[in-house]
Amino acid sequence: MALSDQELKEIAYLARISVKEESLPSLKKELEDILDLFKQLDEANTTEVNAMSHPLDLSQPTRKDEVTEEDLRDELLKNAPSVKSGLFLVPKVIDGEN
Amino acid sequence: MKNYSEDWEAVIGLEIHVQLSTKSKLFSGASTDFGALPNTQACNIDLAMPGVLPVLNEEVLKMAVKLGKALNAEINSPTSFARKNYFYPDSPKGYQISQMDKPIVENGYLDIETENGGKRIGITRAHLEEDAGKSLHDDFEGQSGIDLNRAGTPLLEIVSEPEINTPKEAVAYLKSIHSIIRYLEISDGNMAEGSMRCDANVSVRKIGEEKLGTRTETKNVNSFRFVEKAIQYEIERQIHEIESGNKITQETRLYDSQVNTTRPMRSKEFANDYRYFPEPDLLPVNLEKEFIEEVLATMPEMPTEKKERFVSEFSLSQYDADLLAADKDIAEFFEEVTKISNSPKLSANWIMGELSAELNNENLNIKESKVSSNKLGQLISRIEDGTISGKIAKDIFEKIWTTGKEVDDIIKEEGLEQVTDDKEIELMIDEVIENNPQQLEQYRSGKDRLFGFFVGQVMKASQGKANPKQVNDILKSKLEK
Amino acid sequence: MDLHKLSLSKQLEGLQKGDFTSTELTSQYLNRISELDGQLNSFITVTEDQALSQAKAADDRYKKNNNFSLDGLPIAHKDIFCTKGVLTTCGSKMLSNFEAPYSSTVYDKLDKKGMVMLGKTNMDEFAMGSSNETSYFGPVKNPWNIEYVPGGSSGGSASCVSAELAPIATATDTGGSIRQPASLCGLTGIKPTYGRVSRYGMIAFASSLDQGGVIAKSAEDAALILEAMSGHDPKDSTSLKLDQPDLTNNLNNPIKGMKIGLPKEFFEKEMAPYVLKSIEEAIEVYKSLGAEIVEISLGNINLSLPIYYIIAPAECSANLSRYDGVRYGYRCEDPKDIEDLFMRTREEGFGAEVKRRILIGTYALSAGYYDAFYLKAQKCRQLVANDFIEAFKSVDVILSPTTPGTSFKSGEKTNDPVEMYLQDIFTIPANLAGLPGLSIPCGEHNGLPLGMQLVGNSLEESKLLQFAHSFQSNTDWHMKMPNI
Repeated sequence: MALSDQELKEIAYLARISVKEESLPSLKKELEDILDLFKQLDEANTTEVNAMSHPLDLSQPTRKDEVTEEDLRDELLKNAPSVKSGLFLVPKVIDGEN
Repeated sequence: MKNYSEDWEAVIGLEIHVQLSTKSKLFSGASTDFGALPNTQACNIDLAMPGVLPVLNEEVLKMAVKLGKALNAEINSPTSFARKNYFYPDSPKGYQISQMDKPIVENGYLDIETENGGKRIGITRAHLEEDAGKSLHDDFEGQSGIDLNRAGTPLLEIVSEPEINTPKEAVAYLKSIHSIIRYLEISDGNMAEGSMRCDANVSVRKIGEEKLGTRTETKNVNSFRFVEKAIQYEIERQIHEIESGNKITQETRLYDSQVNTTRPMRSKEFANDYRYFPEPDLLPVNLEKEFIEEVLATMPEMPTEKKERFVSEFSLSQYDADLLAADKDIAEFFEEVTKISNSPKLSANWIMGELSAELNNENLNIKESKVSSNKLGQLISRIEDGTISGKIAKDIFEKIWTTGKEVDDIIKEEGLEQVTDDKEIELMIDEVIENNPQQLEQYRSGKDRLFGFFVGQVMKASQGKANPKQVNDILKSKLEK
Repeated sequence: MDLHKLSLSKQLEGLQKGDFTSTELTSQYLNRISELDGQLNSFITVTEDQALSQAKAADDRYKKNNNFSLDGLPIAHKDIFCTKGVLTTCGSKMLSNFEAPYSSTVYDKLDKKGMVMLGKTNMDEFAMGSSNETSYFGPVKNPWNIEYVPGGSSGGSASCVSAELAPIATATDTGGSIRQPASLCGLTGIKPTYGRVSRYGMIAFASSLDQGGVIAKSAEDAALILEAMSGHDPKDSTSLKLDQPDLTNNLNNPIKGMKIGLPKEFFEKEMAPYVLKSIEEAIEVYKSLGAEIVEISLGNINLSLPIYYIIAPAECSANLSRYDGVRYGYRCEDPKDIEDLFMRTREEGFGAEVKRRILIGTYALSAGYYDAFYLKAQKCRQLVANDFIEAFKSVDVILSPTTPGTSFKSGEKTNDPVEMYLQDIFTIPANLAGLPGLSIPCGEHNGLPLGMQLVGNSLEESKLLQFAHSFQSNTDWHMKMPNI
């Protein structure tokens, strides 16, 4: 199954993984090999089959609406690459950019 | 009202995000209180630490079931969660847990009042999802600070059918949703604090055209007034573009209330693709019949029901009933006042008149009113039993508002009881007639409208305390002599 | 005394009787680690100080006669389990500096029973790999021959138990990551029914397939610890609402009259003669113990590999989105804007195999391909699960090789992802169906061990361990240890 450079770039962008121009050809080949594997599924007849999202056929449990977590900010922020005044710092976000 | 050409029509659909007023988050036990120090209410689950898993808050299911009922909708069981994938620094997991195929609420409708009478707006769905955190931009040397306190707060997103045609209808629909969520006590609906947010999908087409025009989505509209203005702007912009020979681009736009315009958000290199798929960390939720019945048993009287009851039980006009029933707190205040005053009509007038003016003046909501429902009820009952006149009542109202004193104490202390003794009123009238011979002559020679002058003089002489009805009756008979 | 030669239950007995202390036992393992792990690289972190203080605490409890059920027994944890205050890397540069602020349920459960953590074992990055060559912390070596791979992704756990640097180790299995390294290192590895062991604090690869378990020297050892790890956890919505199962009391029951299914689809495949020979010999052992051998058909089993390589990457593409350089973990230098922060952090922080799978998963979920790939795979997954349901109507366990062969040389398959994926061809189906599976040693070839796999019906770990134990009571493949 053939992937175009453009498709590969779009996927990489969706996954937010930058791919260097020079590694495009080899990566494309690897992905195409894996995609070829998927063709085996074409032979399976699944018209009458439900999609299986979980190995368990159970209902979701719930918890009571109670505050059980205390403030552990200092501990939780210890691993952060950049912090100021209790906030995680990142390069400037333009509002509503998303 | 329309500023644009009459042969255009707008097609509007609203997506309303309602923040649910649970104690803890949708999938974690962290608090949802508003206004805490940054990241003090973000636990390891909210921060998407490696290895954490979501556990569903039971309360949100109850809230969604109630909303579904209020929107005349179906409740899906099983209902299931899905991951919506996108990268943003305030979205800690890189996906939002939301619902796709089986939203908890589906296929409902809401009847709204418009200038042209009632209209039914279809509700496509309402689904549960998590809120994102916030990005702050001040004082970080050109960087942004991420606060994840809000991350994981439960939201219900209510999606309407594109069946709204004017900005006014959009506001009526939005207000109706606001009223419902407040009645159900599932959200405080505070638009300024962001607990209710509205995105508007707007397109325009020539009247008679079947095909929908290209739509834009306007985000960031945080008051009823702005919703109306933003949609109005967007409709006019789109018509202008098309009439100038341009095409509308499908895009997301931001409303800027400062200058009352919408502008496109910066577009990215590639189109977004949310890649929804079933959330493998959560199983489908079965809502047992008994569970739904138990929840529905706790449904309060809803705005429409209340309104109808106000008309039938209290003989209020449709208009008054509608105004009072729209807000749960006002409706409750009205019922408390009426219970004491025994006069629904007068109670309604006072609440919508004096009280509401005073509240607006000081920018208070009815729960913060300085005249309690109890005192207003007593005040009105004193008008009803003839102790005081309506005019005096207004002065007393002012006094209660500023001093908080009891109605009867003020009447007693200031000697404000109404004068209802016929003899006393007669004396006052006689004196007024005697002092104004010229006017009397003119009146008797046919200048009827001088009657009001005499009433005014008598009321003035009584310092407003004379019973107006008696003054009218006695004055009439004296002047006719 | 060579305490590391004792089985886990003998070690527990020794501790309880006071024959030796946990400090002695723990020190012996720590000494072996410092002496031998230089060659193997099976640990990412050795928690020596913590281990010694945990051991001392256990010894104190024994002295006071208020010891816990597994008090003082050492264990190594796969570095996928969060352990509070200890580096938890998942074998990735992305988490190379990450000290978990909380502990996984698995760690907590074993900690509460008094187990002593020796350290965190090396693994394929984010559990993606079958040779333990994708770890940011370098490849792990097979103690049987250090030119060969130990298997993966739980390669560190297998390698350290095989070299007796730990008596037992936790591990995880998404498509064979417990059973395949157990097979390649001559050990017993069990992956229980999906939902038996809490996934809370176990760093996610593919949520609907991941399951924790153990790699041990025998079925008896495995039963003891798997039992202690299991049980309902309200923090994991996919955790089964069942109490801790009793996995040890059934071990010695005879398997006479029970039925072993041999899936014809597996045996129709071209199989290395030495593999077939070992499996046939194992079947003879079972026959001699009175088990009945039945040929069965799992008609859709050959779809397993493509199903797995759609579903696992799809789930992983979302599960690994949280590694964005904002809240913890690796962040690229001087990001020029927010997109650059994401793109470069993830490009630099993830290794090639992880990125490959994220891209495949992103593709399989993207608009236009969702139905053809992801949805199709989910439907086919149901077909595979149905085959098992049908098969277990007539058999107690299903037997096959665990792997297509013995271990292979380091670097041999690293340039061909698909060739590497074939390593898991026998193990993946159990993950798709959420069924328990184990691997036990049953032969060797050119000085390298080989395993066979037993897959059981849902919740029948006890029966699987019974089959494994009865085999081990009548053979000594599991007693063979590498010379290192």
